[in-house]
Amino acid sequence: MSKTRYSGFKVLKEALTGHKGWEPTWRDAEPKADGYDVVIVGGGGHGLATAYYLAKNHGITNVAVVEKGWIGGGNVGRNTTIIRSNYLLPGNEPFYEFSLKLWENLEQDLNYNAMVSQRGIMNLIHSDAQRDAFIRRGNGMLFADAGCEFIEAKEVKERYPFLDMDNPRFPIKAALSQPRGGTVRHDAVAWGYARGASDLGVDIIQNCEVTGFNIENGKCLGVQTTKGEIKAGRVGVCVAGSSGRVMAKAGIKLPIESHVLQAFVTEGLKPVMDNVITFGAGHFYCSQSDKGGLVFGGDIDGYNTYAQRGNLPVVEDVCSGGMAIMPMIGRARLLRMWGGVMDMSMDGSPFIDSTEIDELFFNGGWCYGGFKATPASGYCYAHLLATNSSHEVATAYKLDRFRRGAMIDEKGVGAQPNLH
Amino acid sequence: MIINHPLLGPRDSEEFVYLGAADLINRPSNWEHDASAEDFYQYQYIRENVAGDHRELWYHEQGDQSWLVVTRNTLSHEIINVELAQDVSRGIGRGK
Repeated sequence: MSKTRYSGFKVLKEALTGHKGWEPTWRDAEPKADGYDVVIVGGGGHGLATAYYLAKNHGITNVAVVEKGWIGGGNVGRNTTIIRSNYLLPGNEPFYEFSLKLWENLEQDLNYNAMVSQRGIMNLIHSDAQRDAFIRRGNGMLFADAGCEFIEAKEVKERYPFLDMDNPRFPIKAALSQPRGGTVRHDAVAWGYARGASDLGVDIIQNCEVTGFNIENGKCLGVQTTKGEIKAGRVGVCVAGSSGRVMAKAGIKLPIESHVLQAFVTEGLKPVMDNVITFGAGHFYCSQSDKGGLVFGGDIDGYNTYAQRGNLPVVEDVCSGGMAIMPMIGRARLLRMWGGVMDMSMDGSPFIDSTEIDELFFNGGWCYGGFKATPASGYCYAHLLATNSSHEVATAYKLDRFRRGAMIDEKGVGAQPNLH
Repeated sequence: MIINHPLLGPRDSEEFVYLGAADLINRPSNWEHDASAEDFYQYQYIRENVAGDHRELWYHEQGDQSWLVVTRNTLSHEIINVELAQDVSRGIGRGK
């Protein structure tokens, strides 16, 4: 398939010639009979990014991505599209900062418009203790070269006059901002990585569910799927919310629970907020899409579930969080709400690791923060699959870290996945 | 979700706090043998993460402060059975 190169000139040319020159963005493939060097289970953002970086960075192009539905139909198309690297702990922050740097160059790298918008993210501060905690976090970010800005209340009010600064319960005292954070068109991330991987020779196989693993003498030789057996030199699983179900087919239990996270969007409004704002006293984060809808979310529902839908009490909780900081949101009508299944780990941090079965690898436990990690997750997973060693920014993401007592618990709430 | 409390009848799940799988009742009792670190690791961190009928612990914080073992389908959210956790615990030979 010849590669269409996207550019302003190309758009103009197609506009004048009846849009007859566009080609499919990626090649829809069927499984090859003689198998692959690497089979990636899960065609979400992380799986497609992994395939892309395997081909691009490591020259491994005999790769298949198998996806039970269609690509971009899972969490990569369900999140609130926020990117940031405002973590505290040394096991996390360099990884997320690496990811943000990849985001900054993603569109040039992929020649695909993913609408990466570094509009800034602002975490509101509501108490003196939180001010101290956020200054500490800001220092952690500065150590990792991630950049941050402390904004006093006066300036917060000037920039965002709709905020309820003097709310009696949750007054806004200041904010910590990461100007390099922002939002990305999430579907375009899946499509862009799919296109990049496909052009380098990767087979993207949709509607192909993995039903089992071929494991002999402790070594994984391939996968069984609804489209037959696929032989593989190496298998990399990255299926987010389905991690428990898929890895159970290989007899592996994980330090993960599956929970549902809901997200919401209002009707389209005129431009009111040019950044991402998060509530510090509850859980609420909001940005405005280019179509004008306020896109927001909050806590997970809090009980184990594989249903991609949540319940109404959390809707009320999230909306009341929004009302506490921006009462104007009460005038907007909620247009849509949806749910995605999150792979909540025991310390709120992810895994990119080998497993007890040879040639079977696992990437998961992203909780509800997987989207921002997409480029680095793919980059580091590709590094692991190609070299059998962890990338330097992902060395902490080992499956056995709880056995060793080496948790990466940003919130410090312990082995309670529904609280992370 | 409505949880049919064995003593109080149908209650909104909002009155409850969720803990996790009912396996958490089975805390390893022997912490002095060689494998106990491994037992506690499995107990504390490793989950079945069932897709289907899941037995789980709910605490009636806004009610009678009892712990319940709720059997709930994690694909449909249907609640199939509700028991007092102390009955379950005694049933497997533990204290309440």
